[in-house]
Amino acid sequence: MKDTLHIAEPVIEAKGVDLVFQTGDGPVHALKDVTLTINRGDFVSFIGPSGCGKTTFLRAIAGLETPTGGQLSVNGLSPDAARQARAYGYVFQAAGLYPWRTIAGNIKLPLEIMGFSRADQDARVERVLKLVDLEGFGKKFPWQLSGGMQQRASIARALAFDADILLMDEPFGALDEIVRDRLNEELLRLWAATDKTIGFVTHSIPEAVYLSTKIVVMSPRPGRITDVIESTLPRNRPLDIRDTPEFIAIAHRVREGLRAGHHDEI
Amino acid sequence: MRSILPILTVLCAILVIWYGAAMKLNAAWTYDQAARAGTDPTFVDVINDTMAQERPVLPPPHQVAKGLWEGLTAQAITSKRSLVWHGWVTLSATLLGFAVGAGLGTALAIGIVHNRAMDLSVMPWAIASQTVPILAIAPMVIVVLASLGITGIVPKAIISAYLSFFPVLVGMVKGLRSPDGMQLDLLRTYNASTAATLWKLRLPSSMPYLFASLKVAIAASLVGTIVGELPAGATAGLGARLLSGSYYGQTVQIWSALFAAAGLAAALVVIVTLVERLVLRRMGVAR
Repeated sequence: MKDTLHIAEPVIEAKGVDLVFQTGDGPVHALKDVTLTINRGDFVSFIGPSGCGKTTFLRAIAGLETPTGGQLSVNGLSPDAARQARAYGYVFQAAGLYPWRTIAGNIKLPLEIMGFSRADQDARVERVLKLVDLEGFGKKFPWQLSGGMQQRASIARALAFDADILLMDEPFGALDEIVRDRLNEELLRLWAATDKTIGFVTHSIPEAVYLSTKIVVMSPRPGRITDVIESTLPRNRPLDIRDTPEFIAIAHRVREGLRAGHHDEI
Repeated sequence: MRSILPILTVLCAILVIWYGAAMKLNAAWTYDQAARAGTDPTFVDVINDTMAQERPVLPPPHQVAKGLWEGLTAQAITSKRSLVWHGWVTLSATLLGFAVGAGLGTALAIGIVHNRAMDLSVMPWAIASQTVPILAIAPMVIVVLASLGITGIVPKAIISAYLSFFPVLVGMVKGLRSPDGMQLDLLRTYNASTAATLWKLRLPSSMPYLFASLKVAIAASLVGTIVGELPAGATAGLGARLLSGSYYGQTVQIWSALFAAAGLAAALVVIVTLVERLVLRRMGVAR
């Protein structure tokens, strides 16, 4: 069993992370005292209502926001150093493909910036296109692809340079339910194939439960963690696992966590 | 083809108004001449005369068309009477000025986008530069440069660049800033350098803005060159034709030069538009 081979090895460690934005209406406490450890090979979902700081936390891990307090490390480095070491691939809510580049050209973008050789670039493009099931679409332009295919291309772009960590900010939020189900299934397959550590922001409970080994429930004002749920589901998950009592129990606990966070506020 | 009808309608209306105005404005001269000769011209005589005066107040369209045609074809194109030769003189300075202006505008825009000090300091001066009447600056540029021994195409090109850098500057600042936060964040996650961000994201994103401003800039370049030719001693160029025409009351010559300039401007804008279409199509942006 693959599961037993995983020895807990922390990749992302947060200790008492605070993040306060100074705005025109005064300070906004986006993150308060966030403590969390993400181990190698984990699939961690961050779930919560808007304003709970889930995206902010992901961006802080990526070094795109700087915490105002506490400690945060990625691969034992500061987030900014980890960013400079190109420790992660980031997938945004919108695919954000360049309309003037083909799909292959878009996937090459990080490779060109990071100075991979031309032959290596082509090989990598082929490999990741296969990984996201877009073989033969390299020469197409983004507008020739559906929204779901574009998002898959953007995942391929994040995978192309072989970072160990994949950070995904509501990557399927703009897609319809059916496409979303398929992409969730593919993402699990991809995760199993590549053995990456994944941080995944969502506000869909089924999505979080279906995908994750660890679910982090967050609540707003100030943004904080209210519950961390270790999933008991096996790593190998067919779509119909969502009808099992185990799945429903976890989903129930997530919902309770979200409700509890909501009550605090009133 | 459906669009041809409105265009023809407008053209006909312009011709009718133009002919009417020419008859009215030129008739005074006809009556003066008749009074001096002691004759009493009929209405038809007056109309015929207003259509064929040598120095009409307003030359009717067919006279301008004839003047333009003769200017273009009646002599070798190297002759100083040829509009082709004068047009080339103007065009060469225009193209040089346009290239300098577009390059300068783009360079300043890149500076403004990347440097806060330039952002705060350059733009007000650029705007101020365009509030000064070009007619006031042109003679000074010509005179100052002539005293330094610089004559010919360069002073005109400088005036041309002075007018054409501005639209490119404004358009490119907007264009280079057009990528949204997510696009810039994506490049930050790759730890991309400022230069890589410029080449791979900002410049390609700014292409539609660039071409929109180039169309304005090339027309402004031509105006700048013509204005630069006015105080240059009126020897060569469409501006010189305009000026010498007005010295000697050669209204047909003025209008011919005017239309030659307008045709040149239109041709230049069309060329920029074609290049735009080609570039955007190759970029896969235009569908």
